[in-house]
Amino acid sequence: MARPWESALGVPFYRDPKYRGIALQIALCAALGYLAYAAIETAAENLARSHVASGFGFWNVIAGFDISQTLIAYSPQSSTYGRAFWVGLLNTLVVAALGIVLATILGFVIGVARLSKNFLVGRLATGYVELIRNVPLLLQLLFWYNAVLRALPEFAASLVLPGGVLLNNRGLFLPRPLFADGAQILAVPAAALLLAVLFNQITKRSTGFWGVARVRAAFTLLIAVALPVAIFVVSGAPLAFDYPQVGRFNVRGGLEVLPEFVALLLGLVIYTAAFIAEVVRAGLMSVSRGQTEAAQALGLTRLQTLRLIVIPQAMRVIIPPLTSQYLNLTKNSSLAVAIGYPDLVQVFAGTVANQTNQPVEVIAVTMLVYLSFSLVTSLVMNLYNARYALVER
Amino acid sequence: MKQIAQALFAAAVAFVAADPAVAGTLDTVKQRGILNCGANGQLPGFGLPDSQGNWTGIDVDFCRAVAAAIFNDATKVKFVPTTVANRFAALQTGDIDVLARNTTWTLSRDAQGLNPTSVNYYDGQGFIVRKALKVNSALELNDAAICVQTGTTTELNLADYFRANRMRLKTVTFASLDEALKAYETNRCDAFTTDASGLYGSRLKLAKPDDHVVLPEIISKEPLGPFVRQGDDQWFDIVKWVHFAMLDAEELNVTKANVDEQLKSENPEIRRLLGTENNFGEQLGLTKDWVYRVVKLVGNYGEVFERNVGQGSPLKIVRGLNALWTKGGIQYAPPIR
Repeated sequence: MARPWESALGVPFYRDPKYRGIALQIALCAALGYLAYAAIETAAENLARSHVASGFGFWNVIAGFDISQTLIAYSPQSSTYGRAFWVGLLNTLVVAALGIVLATILGFVIGVARLSKNFLVGRLATGYVELIRNVPLLLQLLFWYNAVLRALPEFAASLVLPGGVLLNNRGLFLPRPLFADGAQILAVPAAALLLAVLFNQITKRSTGFWGVARVRAAFTLLIAVALPVAIFVVSGAPLAFDYPQVGRFNVRGGLEVLPEFVALLLGLVIYTAAFIAEVVRAGLMSVSRGQTEAAQALGLTRLQTLRLIVIPQAMRVIIPPLTSQYLNLTKNSSLAVAIGYPDLVQVFAGTVANQTNQPVEVIAVTMLVYLSFSLVTSLVMNLYNARYALVER
Repeated sequence: MKQIAQALFAAAVAFVAADPAVAGTLDTVKQRGILNCGANGQLPGFGLPDSQGNWTGIDVDFCRAVAAAIFNDATKVKFVPTTVANRFAALQTGDIDVLARNTTWTLSRDAQGLNPTSVNYYDGQGFIVRKALKVNSALELNDAAICVQTGTTTELNLADYFRANRMRLKTVTFASLDEALKAYETNRCDAFTTDASGLYGSRLKLAKPDDHVVLPEIISKEPLGPFVRQGDDQWFDIVKWVHFAMLDAEELNVTKANVDEQLKSENPEIRRLLGTENNFGEQLGLTKDWVYRVVKLVGNYGEVFERNVGQGSPLKIVRGLNALWTKGGIQYAPPIR
């Protein structure tokens, strides 16, 4: 039995690679820490010397500028820079979250299509991937914003779509539902959804009538959708709409979807989907052909083979690079600044940094936000990956 | 590993090197042999390079005047195009020595590490709209969508004006002036707003300038001028006095054309201005003939104005507030004595 500071061979600890490694790591950490400390100190000193205010005193100061898309209440006269930060943050989150969902769907479809035996489908998907992947995203965003969305009619000649929806080069204007009591009405579908999930969990392991997949799905859907609709109708349908109307200058009222938002979302989804398609294709091809043949020998249909045999195995290969694509999409959303979408970078790292003249603090916060976005996304995807990963015994 | 170490080293150097030369800017500039001037790059009349890379503009000529005073050579200027977002950081980190980029003098900018030296253009914010809208006043713009550049005083004035007049506003903000203007042109917005001087220049950039009209309202005070870093009084004085000297030269009718004759003038004010009497330039750390150099190589304030934004330019802006105080304007320089 070797003593802890000696390795099994009786070599002194300073010649043991294990301890040497630890010592090196400690030294490196210390050096890194010192470097960070020195950088911050120097920056602070320089700022103080050039009489730039530091700290976060600006956070509670009235912002005084307008933002074109606000998901939470915001007004130039009473909201603070801190509030502007949250507005920008939410705008980034919305476009990133929607972008991730849509890019995943589109990417999977294209990825599967690339492997299609149908000549036209396969070539079209290949063409899509090659074209989109090789044109810079910024150009694509400018293309969607300038060439496509601006080609829409001017607001005075808005396209009137069914249901009172207006479409013009200033955006898509939807009727805004006016609830008798917003919070209560929203609570009902939320509760129903929760109930449906709960039901699904409880009946998951049962073997009788409830164990039949189709029965379970039908009842889950019934609880999630039919129940809130029934409650809504029974309570007298307390719902009115605020319809958008063309005014002298603009469209008044309604729910406004900015063309900048649509252009950014389109650009991000289409661009990222091309990469996701390649990831999916690689994943599907990693599953050996024997698996498909075996499945077909057992009498599974093509779709069943894909859904039950190939995709679950392909997911192990797909998830890690897919995570990178999600991170890329989120970070790429900061290109919004080029087309006037008020995301975190435009609102906070742009306007707020400029008006407060405290770029160091503002940029540091912005970097921290993107870092946390990325780390949280990674965490979620790693947890998901852990579930899908091959369990070895 | 080696790459990481290199990157870290680079980062460390960047932070240390970011230490701006707070004192002794004049010496730094002389040693370097060239003046680094933060300019606009997108605004006709103020700072815009042409297709050959020749910069023109009232702010550009101001930097040339500073270079002329220091080096007796108006070409020893490197124009660094700056954006609204990076202009102050560029000045504070020492990337540029002077910021001459139609920048508004405000209290917060003055208080926070920057020193506006003078006002080389008295401006105010205005609006441009399509003639077809038949709008006669900015007060009719309730509910209008307005394109504006982000991070400017313009953006704040706009919100203030609509709030003060109880009007509803939809702003669409862009990082660059050109993007905002393009969005206005394609009818994303009903109006476009920036400083009035910029409106005239921007109007010329539109495909059909005659379809657009500048509204009469001026909704803010925008004293535009060069900025320097706080903490170097000598440099602050030099940049401030170059502007004053150009004004004094105009007032005394010393022009690019007649400056050589004026050297023989018996007028004591002109003699002090051109350094044939006393040593005022040397008190600033320059030479006796500093104003002679500025006027000879660049011109007096009136000449610079007319050449870049006035009757000698496509903008045709009248002097207005920017006329000398003796001619109904408010451009007024302290005496050189």
